[in-house]
Amino acid sequence: MATKAEAKKKPAKTKAKTEKPEEKLVTVYIMGKAHQVPADATIMGAIEYAGYQIKRGAGCREGFCGACGTVYRVPGDYKIYAGLACTTLVEDEMYLTQLPSFPAEKPVYNIKKLAPTVSTFQKLYPEVFRCVACNTCSKACPQDLEVMDYIQAAMRGDIEQVMDLSFDCLCCGLCAARCPAEIVQYNVGLLAKRLYGKYLSPESKEVNKRIKEVDKNAFDKEYKELMRMAEDKLKKKYYDRDME
Amino acid sequence: MYPEYMHESLKKVEQSRNKRLELEKSGEPVFPPMTAEEREDVLTKFHPDYKPDARRKIKVGPNKGEELTTEVADMLEAYSRVMPGLFDLDDPDYETDVLIIGGGGAGCAAAIIAAEHGAKSIISTKLRLGDANSMMSQGGMQAAGKQHDPPTRHYLDAIGGGHFDNVPKLVRAMTEDGPDVVKWLEDLGVIWDKNEDGSVHVLHGGGTSRKRMLSCRDYTGAIIMRTLMDEVRNHPEKIEVIEFMPTVELILDGKGKCAGCILYDLETEEYYVAKAKATIIATGGYGRLHIRGFDTTNHYGATGDGLIMAYRAGAKLMYMDSVQYHPTGSAFPEQIAGFLITEKIRGAGGQPLNKHGELFVFPREPRDVESAAFIRECVEKHNGIETPSGRTGVWLDSPLIEKLRGDGYLNKNFPAMHRQFIKYGIDITVEPMLVYPSLHYQNGGIAINEKCETNIKGLYVAGEASGGVHGRNRLMGNSVLDYNVFGRRAGEYAAEYAKSAKLGTLTLSHVDDYDKELKQAKIKADKVAPVLLPLYTPEAVRERQLTARYEGTLR
Repeated sequence: MATKAEAKKKPAKTKAKTEKPEEKLVTVYIMGKAHQVPADATIMGAIEYAGYQIKRGAGCREGFCGACGTVYRVPGDYKIYAGLACTTLVEDEMYLTQLPSFPAEKPVYNIKKLAPTVSTFQKLYPEVFRCVACNTCSKACPQDLEVMDYIQAAMRGDIEQVMDLSFDCLCCGLCAARCPAEIVQYNVGLLAKRLYGKYLSPESKEVNKRIKEVDKNAFDKEYKELMRMAEDKLKKKYYDRDME
Repeated sequence: MYPEYMHESLKKVEQSRNKRLELEKSGEPVFPPMTAEEREDVLTKFHPDYKPDARRKIKVGPNKGEELTTEVADMLEAYSRVMPGLFDLDDPDYETDVLIIGGGGAGCAAAIIAAEHGAKSIISTKLRLGDANSMMSQGGMQAAGKQHDPPTRHYLDAIGGGHFDNVPKLVRAMTEDGPDVVKWLEDLGVIWDKNEDGSVHVLHGGGTSRKRMLSCRDYTGAIIMRTLMDEVRNHPEKIEVIEFMPTVELILDGKGKCAGCILYDLETEEYYVAKAKATIIATGGYGRLHIRGFDTTNHYGATGDGLIMAYRAGAKLMYMDSVQYHPTGSAFPEQIAGFLITEKIRGAGGQPLNKHGELFVFPREPRDVESAAFIRECVEKHNGIETPSGRTGVWLDSPLIEKLRGDGYLNKNFPAMHRQFIKYGIDITVEPMLVYPSLHYQNGGIAINEKCETNIKGLYVAGEASGGVHGRNRLMGNSVLDYNVFGRRAGEYAAEYAKSAKLGTLTLSHVDDYDKELKQAKIKADKVAPVLLPLYTPEAVRERQLTARYEGTLR
């Protein structure tokens, strides 16, 4: 097996070099194993370049879904770095592992029966109050969110601030993986956002009025006319329509 | 950071900015919108769908003889992954009322509503729950909620944008349900951008004649999708979620009704039989087929699985000759090539410019027209900007928005876009983005009626996998609305149907029949579908993978 692995590695280098002589390669260690990858690759690009078919650890590939949380270190530096594989660039000699799933508490609740107050966090996520304000969660966040600040806001019952600070959260789970108080920050943020949207966001009277009109079938006649209209007439109506 | 050689062109963008700002403030269109003839001209000459080899006749199945997008025809003419004889269909591994294939927006909405109607459901999804294009939509959702914008105006905009090919009943269903979807989502906890007085904040999108684009900053899809997912997870007694479990074939009963499907565990590579009284296909689109070699804005699993399994079972497809290229995919830097840059940028006043810093098209034409105009500017007029890796693109002037709407507007309303570019040293509040069309949406799909029913009894389709509502070109913000409207409808009608549905003996004979049809048409057995995942392994690696059989698929 050793010779096979050897055979696999060597041609990879020569091939890459003969095909694209200008391409600069660096070494990354994927879960401890060395691979030569393009110097300007993202971590995800590097994993695929190395020959892995990703099953877990890739989703939207554009920084929205949080499937590709990755932790890494670089030599000579004690720090643990975290990022999304899809949007983080490789560094020479970095050693990394993907963390596509991390166990998390998600209590079942009925959103209709919750109050938008601190008591909801006390009931559903009591561990929030174990926060030691170490800020490790914020340091782990690939979105650079102030995670600790929104956990502190949750302790105060300031739902609007939790919503605002956690708005861009991707639920990648890196904060929860690093938290010494074992809080699942992203689920706390999600709960706060739902509470805000449902209970605290001002209601739109216009939309409510429109729903009533639709319920009364107020647009039926106009719809039927449009749906029956000959295509040339419909085209004229479309191209003649006024613009806001 | 843009390379040195682009600086001259960037300078020109800066120099023309004040004049363009005045134009934008005037309230008049900053560039004359195209007439019907001009649209037709630029589309036929420059839209990728009109290239000679973009379409070909399909040789088998319900749409036999029709011209379809070549890559779609190739996929539909692929062989099944399974041998029907190996399954004991009388002893299913799973049984439920409603089986929902796909865990994106449409699938989750369907499950929530089906549960309200008393049905038990299983969501089986290829990757994780919410790994879907729904998660990635940035700009917004159209819904006619304003006094001066009746849903019939939304109807007119959608039909015109779709080149009058849209199925009228579907467009009515979508536009008329719109306002209720806004409220439904808010009641679930979605945070719409609001004005001080509580009214919804709305912008224009390409092809809209009224401002009706609602948004959640530029994480619209992420906010909606995570809300729906969380709600799904709050009903474990009614909804079972099975992740990393794509569906590879539908199962019918002796009378041609849909009766469930064959599931495939992506990790353990086991196949399972799932029996269901009703089945909903909510598998999304096909961007990862990389049609015509285009980069795509789509998520990793968008390989058109629903199309092929429905087609083998006899479902009719509609408008599978039409592909949507989003005008503003990222063209630089290389690492984010093809990534979506939301149309909301143009909705907020961002302008597309050529290398001379000049406007060359109305910024908010329907997507296909806008894309074709970008391609014309680059290919025919040679007014594009070339990137170091050999791509071309046009500028999308975002700093103009900051001037128009005040400092801080971009950071507040486009945090995702700002984050995307700042990593590469490009600050979109002071420098424009470089863009080129990127493969974005499957305009057509499986034909449905306004109850999401197909020509196969018991089979429902919702979201991007369905066809007809958008004609041959979807407008921005109508897909988010689409998956909510038709996801909810599919959930309701499938749950009601399941109450009285009686299934006969389960069969996969349609898979055998399709196989025979392929062989009779002398189609080479070198491909299987669904593809499940795209293949990004380099050629050199694949040459050494001697024990893996690569047939355009995983295994």
